[in-house]
Amino acid sequence: MLDQVSGVRAPLAGLLNTESKKGLALIGVPFGYVILMLAVPLAAILLISFWTQDFQTFDTTPTLNNYREAVTDPLYRELLFRSIRIAGLVTLVTVLLAFPIAYFISFHVAPSRKSLWLFLITIPFWTSYLIRVFLWKVILGFNGVLNSGLQGIGIIEEPLTFILYNANAVVITLAHAFAPFAILPIFVALEKIDRSLLEASQDLGETKLSTFFRVTLPLAMPGVVAAVLIVFIPTIGDYVTPRLVGGPDGLMIANMIQVQFLRLNNAPMGATLAVIAMLSVSFIALIFVALNHRFLRGPR
Amino acid sequence: MKSLRFYAILYLIFLYAPIALLPVFAFNDATIIAFPLTGFTTQWFTELPQIPALIDSVKNSLYIAVITALLSTLLGICASRAAAKYTFPLKKPIMGFIMVPLVLPEIIVAVSLLVILLQLGLSLGAWTVIMGHVLICTPFCIAILNSAFQNLDPSLEEAAIDLGESTWSTFRLITLPLVSPAIISALLISFTISLDEFIIAFFLTGTEPTLPVYLWSQLRFPARIPVVMALGTILVAGSVVLLIIAEIMRRRGLRRAGLKDSGGFL
Repeated sequence: MLDQVSGVRAPLAGLLNTESKKGLALIGVPFGYVILMLAVPLAAILLISFWTQDFQTFDTTPTLNNYREAVTDPLYRELLFRSIRIAGLVTLVTVLLAFPIAYFISFHVAPSRKSLWLFLITIPFWTSYLIRVFLWKVILGFNGVLNSGLQGIGIIEEPLTFILYNANAVVITLAHAFAPFAILPIFVALEKIDRSLLEASQDLGETKLSTFFRVTLPLAMPGVVAAVLIVFIPTIGDYVTPRLVGGPDGLMIANMIQVQFLRLNNAPMGATLAVIAMLSVSFIALIFVALNHRFLRGPR
Repeated sequence: MKSLRFYAILYLIFLYAPIALLPVFAFNDATIIAFPLTGFTTQWFTELPQIPALIDSVKNSLYIAVITALLSTLLGICASRAAAKYTFPLKKPIMGFIMVPLVLPEIIVAVSLLVILLQLGLSLGAWTVIMGHVLICTPFCIAILNSAFQNLDPSLEEAAIDLGESTWSTFRLITLPLVSPAIISALLISFTISLDEFIIAFFLTGTEPTLPVYLWSQLRFPARIPVVMALGTILVAGSVVLLIIAEIMRRRGLRRAGLKDSGGFL
């Protein structure tokens, strides 16, 4: 409101009202920090990705050679596609597992106990990530808790191999790690749904099931879309899980970025891979959001 | 709806299975982590204080976590206060940009900071880790503080100013006490995140490892695993205690603002 009024009186950008100035001064501190610590470094990564490593120094002649190598080398290509595939699978599994929980808490838990349930779900997420991933290695490994336990009871003779140091183990571990990230946005979307709409639907002759698919689910879609993005984007760059439980066939792009930077001392190639990973993530995320445009425009 | 409740309980078991196993093996006297259990021991816990490298990494991590918590909460207060009280141009994109580190893969944050620090010729150490940690903790602080500042009744501050207080003393005497539970909650959460964070510390720590980086180096040695389990037990217990305090503070803050509870931290 104030903005509009001042906008009419003083259309020049320099003549902001004092309230706006105060707000800008205050937000300037954290915003400046993010510019300095995130925007500038990201720009630097982009710049370096066009350089080449020349023994200890950089050859700063701009070139697309790194990108050419990243696209043509089958190893890099395989790692990138595998990262996208694993992240996609993790997202699917995590969101599918999370939806019923969010639904249960929103629709079937007494309001006074909802925050307790949410708290219970977030606790494991706040405990050391490294330790949790390592424990999955301990649980899923060849002589791990699951295999030794099941063999001890006599359910299986040989260790289960389909969860052993491969992409499946990565998916299980990441689905566990990102659970609250998927549950919370869906829960928030479900909480916003006006319950009388559901009654109306049933009064008008829909069954409980068709009400769910025709009313509840479409209204919950913004939460589902948020959950998908918030799980998909970080998982593609996960380093610890593929390294600990992935085995050789479960390694992902982040592992290669780390190798380029810290082992091979080839920062430009690492930067190129980082840029490509970010671009692919943004591209897929944008397509996904575009596909769900209909649901995201809904009434607020 | 019985089946849904049953599923919810199964899901909770899935969520808690790993950390529930932690103490089981931390007190087991075998060096191999597998069933059946062989016997009870506290040996792994008594070994912990005798590892100097571990003690150093704990001290380093605590130092980093305390400074990170203070700085990111301060930045969070600035951002949430500005968002709640003022209107200014480009408000949405600016706020959105500050929240970006929440979804950005941590390895991207880590390598981009590493590149710029090395280009500037700065040496890596505790402060470079703090820079990265503040970046990723601030969005969490904002998420917690936002609701507290937004729920603040502006008439309380106006009343104080009408009664002759200055802007600063109003903030100190009226605003701060009302949002203090959220501030404590933000401090605790950012402290916990920083203490547990691995990737950024792994890239930016230089020669002084933080606790997670030290842990990572130990995971390669099978003989050290029981000690790691003991350490993990202590860490998880500590995190849970901090979280419960943070949650109590958050709820107290909501009650103080006279609101009903709408859910968790995020």
